[in-house]
Amino acid sequence: MDSMNKITENELPLFEVFIRSKNGLDHKHVGSLHASDAEMALTNARDVYTRRSEGVSIWVVKTTDITASNPEDKGNFYEPSDDKTYRHPTFYEIPEEVGHM
Amino acid sequence: MTDNQALFEYLLRLGDNSLILGQRLAEWCGHAPILEEELALTNIGLDLVGQSRLLLSYAAEVEDAGRDEDLLAFHRDTQAWRNLLLLEQPNGDFAKTMARQFFFDTFQYLQFEGLCQSKDERLAAIAAKSLKEITYHRRHSANWVLRLGDGTTESHEKMQVAIDELWGFLPEMFDMDEVDAQLLADGIGVDVSVLKPKWDDAVNAVLAEATLERPEDSWSVRGSREGKHSEHLGYLLAEMQFLQRAYPDAKW
Repeated sequence: MDSMNKITENELPLFEVFIRSKNGLDHKHVGSLHASDAEMALTNARDVYTRRSEGVSIWVVKTTDITASNPEDKGNFYEPSDDKTYRHPTFYEIPEEVGHM
Repeated sequence: MTDNQALFEYLLRLGDNSLILGQRLAEWCGHAPILEEELALTNIGLDLVGQSRLLLSYAAEVEDAGRDEDLLAFHRDTQAWRNLLLLEQPNGDFAKTMARQFFFDTFQYLQFEGLCQSKDERLAAIAAKSLKEITYHRRHSANWVLRLGDGTTESHEKMQVAIDELWGFLPEMFDMDEVDAQLLADGIGVDVSVLKPKWDDAVNAVLAEATLERPEDSWSVRGSREGKHSEHLGYLLAEMQFLQRAYPDAKW
């Protein structure tokens, strides 16, 4: 276990990378990478994820700063809305001119 | 020296700088400390090779002696190369690669910024295109000098050693000879000697923030403009040129 801990200590912190591919679209999670801090995470993200001009904007956030929902909460978190169709805007037609919504 | 001869020589210097440093960075492929740096180093290396292709193609046209970019890159011996001695120095450890990169990026940025105003439109266009890449290269290498210098005791020590070892190769960057003077007079080239104070300011600021010491100007080596290189260039060329020398005109 000692050696395992050492490896973790020597590794740079993990960052999650979000990229907006076009103006008007949302930032999308594209993956993660290691970096010593946020500035370096940005430059690394540029090299790892935007080599083929995939983006116009990059966000990076420390993985440890993300609070994720628990898969076990699936039932009480999401299922109650399944039978409430009136909450879903399925009765409207969105005009094409609206574009990305 | 005719105008064309001087321009050829000048383009060769610029193109050789980019190609030799690009080749050095390519040597990191498969050996970088982390995946993220692997991609960064090879990306930057490819940017530099791209610059050299534009510059050497232009040089070949100016020379008008039946050579092309490939002949210039793969069929020239050590004495015919015009890259700065700094750039052919071996990669050493990661700190040394980053120190070399930082010193050159800072210089190349200023040089190409000046070249954007060149009266030679093609050279100005190449400079403008490259300057965007160099702006990123400089940010990347300065970041690493900062982080290693102001990092752990070990990383600080390695970065300081790297800087000390490379310091004497730097004065050559700011030398002006008759080719430089001729192109400056024609409004094509840049006066690199006046870039020194700006370079000093940029480098001093990063070194200070990185808690690194600026070495004394105690030694210097020169000679690249006359084709006098360190022994390292021969080994680099042997690897880079092998295939084209063994199988001339080999195609993919």
